[in-house]
Amino acid sequence: MSAAWRARAALAALLAPALLWLGALILLPHVELAVLSLRERIGPQQYAASLSQYKTFFTEPLYWHIFVRTALVSCVATLFTFLATFPIAWIIAKALRGRAGALLFIVCLVPFWVSETVRTLGWMILLRESGVLPSLLVKLGITQVPVEMLYHDATILLGLVYTNMLFMLVPLVSSLESLDDALIEAAYDLGASGWSILRTIVIPHAAPGITAGAIIVFMLTLGNYLTPALLGGKNSEWFTEQIYTQFITRFNWEQGAAFGFLLLGLSTIMVMIGLRLSGQRFGDVMRRT
Amino acid sequence: MRKRWRAARIGIRRLSLSSFLGLLCAAAAHADAQRLRIISWADYVPADLIAAFKKETGISVELTLSNNEEMISKLRATGGAGFDLAQPSQDRITGPQRDFRIYKPIDLSKVNLKLFRPELLDIVRQNTTLDGHQYALPYLWGAEGLVADTKRARIGDYTDLCKPEYKGKTSVRLRRPTLMAFAFAMGKDPFALYHDPQAYAALMDQVGAKLSACKANFRFFFDNKDQLLNGIRSGELVAAMMWDTGGWTLNRQNPDIQFIVPRSGALGWLDTFALPARGKNEPAVYAWINFAMRPDNAARITRSVGNFTAAQNVDALIDPKLKAQFAASFPQGGFKGIHWYPAIPAGLEEMEGKVLDRIKAAN
Repeated sequence: MSAAWRARAALAALLAPALLWLGALILLPHVELAVLSLRERIGPQQYAASLSQYKTFFTEPLYWHIFVRTALVSCVATLFTFLATFPIAWIIAKALRGRAGALLFIVCLVPFWVSETVRTLGWMILLRESGVLPSLLVKLGITQVPVEMLYHDATILLGLVYTNMLFMLVPLVSSLESLDDALIEAAYDLGASGWSILRTIVIPHAAPGITAGAIIVFMLTLGNYLTPALLGGKNSEWFTEQIYTQFITRFNWEQGAAFGFLLLGLSTIMVMIGLRLSGQRFGDVMRRT
Repeated sequence: MRKRWRAARIGIRRLSLSSFLGLLCAAAAHADAQRLRIISWADYVPADLIAAFKKETGISVELTLSNNEEMISKLRATGGAGFDLAQPSQDRITGPQRDFRIYKPIDLSKVNLKLFRPELLDIVRQNTTLDGHQYALPYLWGAEGLVADTKRARIGDYTDLCKPEYKGKTSVRLRRPTLMAFAFAMGKDPFALYHDPQAYAALMDQVGAKLSACKANFRFFFDNKDQLLNGIRSGELVAAMMWDTGGWTLNRQNPDIQFIVPRSGALGWLDTFALPARGKNEPAVYAWINFAMRPDNAARITRSVGNFTAAQNVDALIDPKLKAQFAASFPQGGFKGIHWYPAIPAGLEEMEGKVLDRIKAAN
């Protein structure tokens, strides 16, 4: 038994769980879904190969409207998540550092010890017409009657930003921490304004971290089911809800599988466009996360 | 000597291993015989009934809560395995059975049919027979209509939920019963068009347009009973589409809130006993059916869920308050003036699905 062979065997043994996971739980189901998505029910228990499921998506305006809506709201949510998280990341990485920084980091982390469902239900208690915030507004005299704050697109955005902040925060903090303070000091010495430092030094340096955070948040948002379903109400058709509906309430697995693949394909394309626009490379970005 | 000793030891180990496995299998088989897995709706199978069944037969019931669509989808995913008894509505049996083969026929010889109300047995026999086999028995029935806070809203029919003065204060489910209800309220009979797909599609488009136009009136589309009850209790809603029992529950807490039978008629639902195709414990299923439909146990179920079962001779055991509420809502008796759902032909649900999607996407 040669040493090289043994090393290879050890590598194979180490990789086996990951490969098994990939093969059995990700690859196989996807192959089955792909097969499902390419057939059509023509009678009881009779199916024929067909592209009609994909055709439905493009010919029925309803479905691609929902998809475009989902993608747009996800982009906006990603942007807001970035805007809300960047100052916090800056404070943790640059302003506080040490123990205080770690403490703030933990404070941001604590809500994630609770499940997403519970956190979302918390928002519902706060925002519903008979809930905490509307009655507070009435008490303070800001509104005459309680206002319904649930079931708007803005509510979904709020919920999504809140749910995903941590996934933006971690790569941002790590990329900001690696920024040399001397660069900023030198820029100030040379008379640069705060805005131009942010634009020409901080953002370019943090770009891989920002892109990494943005990709994760975008994918999580696009694939989120719970938050839009609970906070969104009657107008919030989210694409994942449509997939669930096709599978579970319509018994139309073929259509649901096709929608799943379209979501996968379209979100991949959007991420690639994002990478191209920001001039980042996928490998670099993923190393930062 | 040493070698022999070792061989003997291995032999013992093997023996103990195989006997252990044998024991395990026997235990598993025994556990299966002592286990009844039911998938049903909330409150349908009360805990005290499960306890009484265990005491009488030694069989423990494992309960999974669900709804029609999920039940069918779960059984479809496993080819009818995972549960011994399911309780879908009677109109949702032959369609999925034809497409997915998820049920097995009922062996009527093992059921004490004298326990059942004959008129309900008839409805279910008509609606769940496929290729000469009957696939279900009646379990529980009720009606869907309207509930309103009578101090704040005057509601006589489903379409009254769309009156401009109730903007943002009513609710319906975004499901097929709502389409049926609005079709009836618009003066049409959707059930009569079940076998004329073109006319049915046209009617559904009309109903979809009506509901889309009415959307500003709906605060939300409710998904579960608790969400709706909370909405009405908190005053956020003044009226909604609702099941009779939900209305009676609210009425007990606040007399202003009443269940209303719409002018165009209430919609009658009837949920069943059905056997998943690959269920394991058939003897326990029949034991359970005969047990649950005994008058004393049927009365227990009614106490838990608030609806009447398909069992006979239960009248004397029912809470008089519930009987009074029922009589007030349905003065001619339960079976008149109710539209019972006939079995859904294939293809209709796909049509309805698109209409529902359009309503959800409408602004």
